[in-house]
Amino acid sequence: MDDAGLSTVLFAMIAGAIRVSTPFLFVSLGECLTEKSGRINLGLEGTLVFGAMSAYAISYETGSPWLGVLVAGFAGMMFGALHGYICKLPKVNDIAIGIALMLFGTGLAFFFGKAYIQPAAPRLPSIPLGWWSDNPQIRQVMDVNPLFLVGAVLAVAMWWAFKNTRLGLVVRTTGDSAPAALALGVNVNLVRFLATAAGGFLAGVGGSFLSLFYPGSWTEGLSSGQGLMAVALVIFSRWNPLACFGAALLFGAAGALGPALQSIGISRGYHFFNAAPYLMTLAIMILSISPKRSLKGAPGELSITK
Amino acid sequence: MSATAAALAEPPVSPLGAKKAIGLETIGMTKIFGSMVALGDVSIKVKPGSFHALLGENGAGKSTLVKCIMGFYQPTRGSVLIDGRETEISNPKVARDVGIGMVYQHFTLVPSLTATENLVIARADVPSVIDWKKEKKSLDALFDRMPFRVPLDVPVSSLAAGEKQKLEILKQLYLDQRFLILDEPTSVLTPGEADEILGLLKTMTDAGDLTILMISHKFREVTAFADEFSVLRKGEYMGGGVTANVSVAEMSRMMIGDMKLRERAARKTFEKQPVVLDLAGICAEDDEGLPAVDAVNLKIRAGEIVGIAGVSGNGQSELIETLTGQRDLTSGRFFVKDQPYEPSREKMAKFKVFGLPEEPLKNACVRRMTVAENLAFRSFDQPPISKRRGFLSPGPMRAKAKELIAAYRVKTPGPDEPIENLSGGNVQRAVLARELSTQVEVLIVANPCFGLDFASIAEIRSQIMDQRNGGAAVLLVSEDLDEILELSDRVAVMSEGRIDYVAPIGETDRATIGQAMAGHH
Ligand SMILES: Nc1ncnc2c1ncn2[C@@H]1O[C@H](COP(=O)(O)OP(=O)(O)OP(=O)(O)O)[C@@H](O)[C@H]1O
Ligand SMILES: [Mg+2]
Repeated sequence: MDDAGLSTVLFAMIAGAIRVSTPFLFVSLGECLTEKSGRINLGLEGTLVFGAMSAYAISYETGSPWLGVLVAGFAGMMFGALHGYICKLPKVNDIAIGIALMLFGTGLAFFFGKAYIQPAAPRLPSIPLGWWSDNPQIRQVMDVNPLFLVGAVLAVAMWWAFKNTRLGLVVRTTGDSAPAALALGVNVNLVRFLATAAGGFLAGVGGSFLSLFYPGSWTEGLSSGQGLMAVALVIFSRWNPLACFGAALLFGAAGALGPALQSIGISRGYHFFNAAPYLMTLAIMILSISPKRSLKGAPGELSITK
Repeated sequence: MSATAAALAEPPVSPLGAKKAIGLETIGMTKIFGSMVALGDVSIKVKPGSFHALLGENGAGKSTLVKCIMGFYQPTRGSVLIDGRETEISNPKVARDVGIGMVYQHFTLVPSLTATENLVIARADVPSVIDWKKEKKSLDALFDRMPFRVPLDVPVSSLAAGEKQKLEILKQLYLDQRFLILDEPTSVLTPGEADEILGLLKTMTDAGDLTILMISHKFREVTAFADEFSVLRKGEYMGGGVTANVSVAEMSRMMIGDMKLRERAARKTFEKQPVVLDLAGICAEDDEGLPAVDAVNLKIRAGEIVGIAGVSGNGQSELIETLTGQRDLTSGRFFVKDQPYEPSREKMAKFKVFGLPEEPLKNACVRRMTVAENLAFRSFDQPPISKRRGFLSPGPMRAKAKELIAAYRVKTPGPDEPIENLSGGNVQRAVLARELSTQVEVLIVANPCFGLDFASIAEIRSQIMDQRNGGAAVLLVSEDLDEILELSDRVAVMSEGRIDYVAPIGETDRATIGQAMAGHH
């Protein structure tokens, strides 16, 4: 690989990191919020797919992609609320409900989405942040979607809020020790319900990005497990929203590896490189576990750590 | 009014006005769990500005009573009068708002939050955005007036048990509560720490700023600090009075009735017993990966109790965990009767190694499994419970459980109750029943009397002595020096992960051991 090729690959990976990371970022922030409150919502994969479908449909029907984003968010919130409501019933396991909702969400999206596979809907605009450069590669990299910026700001805001606001402390308390929260008079189920609903909202928004910006159309194979990987990403980030942002970029870059190599003519092992994010998920999971100690930073009430 | 109390009367953070101590009364408090009457028609009266002790054996219903007062449980019947007025306390938040605070038997601090965060979040008027600089300043101001400090900026999970307990109490003072309920507040403190904290609280009650209702099993504290006391037995009010007018013997009679305490068996003398348990150069790390146990060598003979004394957090828990198989060794070996021993299920059964770990609910039980299942952990894979490979018969399991429950007087609604619903002392008894009901060659015991009433303590200590007299090699780790001095044949002292001082009980004394515990010898 020569220098030009290498820089092409690097640029493509940076561009990929920015472009591909957004859904990871939104889903993982949503999951981070939910898990901080002490529940795991595995249903976000379904929420993501349903968000993608509903955003695309609304954008197509109304001509306004932003309305699509909003509707996707609210649809996601409904899924989150459903999860939150069912989990508060006695003897219910949040992981099982999550898997059920994941299948339900994708199924429902495929059902309603059949009609929207063909037509082209208006897509989200991008902000050309590369105007200062003459280098077309840089200009292309800096063509950023507003949702990416929103996500970045949100990550910082959540990180700050978990430390510095009453709401943040109440969520952390609920997620770490339900008896302590009860002793403070916190309504544990309500906090978890709201956190799961808000998490669902974010995942829905993440889905809208998939169908309205990149790849930018509605197909049934659109998400290919990104919602599930985002859950792994939260563990990898140790439940820290800022680290979620970094991890989402990393996953985005890994996802761009295959196409980038192909663009400079290396097509051997294309599918292997395409699997990079999945391999990375696996590697992270193996590296971050230890038989000796429990995960550091894990909320104490999670059904996987309890 | 003493200086400390005066300072506390005007808290820098939440000046709720010049409030005075609250008086509280319960009328006919009753709590029924399923079919079990945990509390039957209990009426007690706590005068404003008094230091009131609540006594009773394990499972008497003390925690249940105070949880009903706090609104943590909804009483089946009964009501609470605050300063003579009937007040409905539907949840702990309401209790906090009327000025009643409680330090629970099990910690209610949030482990991942720092001490500062824990204190601030507990307040009624937390601002939506917290100005940490300002909060820290006012906390510092409060703590400057306290006789003790705790680290404020590290997660509570990394604090020692004693520090957590101090923080729990500081939290209530910070919240400016005027009626404080303490559920066994000193079980994790050294006598010195306990005196420090209770002394501070006593000056506040004497000044009329605070009323205290304290549950305790320690008569020393009750006679030294409490003005009045009430006694519960089997969920019923047995009486009470002014502490100064009633003898300890009278109080204990009210607690357990005329039941005879179990007599301690005399220490049998042995000659030239073989070494049974041999710890050879044991090293282990703590959860952070730092060395916690450092080359410990110890030989324990048959019919001998070796007591390991030490300030908590000097590697004793880690040492016990290596012996029970909860922690890996980084180097060293165990031998039982000169054969290599690893704490696996087969070897435990083969060498008859048994144990009573500390915090039995966490270390020796599965909380949500039933009492019968927990009692069968040692025997479920052998006949009669498992006649054919892999199949369990619930009948024999329950029969065996009933037998053990009766023999060890475990107070439980039945063998099918989840073990987490038992009172602390009864969990301990259940584990004891499981571990000591067959022949024992090696017994590993850690803080066995933590949180137990005096009758159970006598019972458990004599059980341990019986095992010794029966020829078992006993390793006893305890933070209670009196317990070590009472039971041990030899005393070892653990300090910073090392055991550098070992002496037969006859050749040592409290002062020498105390020095070794502090790291000098
Ligand atoms: N949540 C519950 N469900 C069912 N039974 C319970 C529950 N909580 C307590 N009990 C039962 O009520 C009785 C009284 O328990 P409680 O915890 O009040 O005892 P205690 O006096 O505080 O004892 P200890 O000194 O051991 O702490 C016990 O027999 C216990 O098994
Ligand atoms: Mg109790």
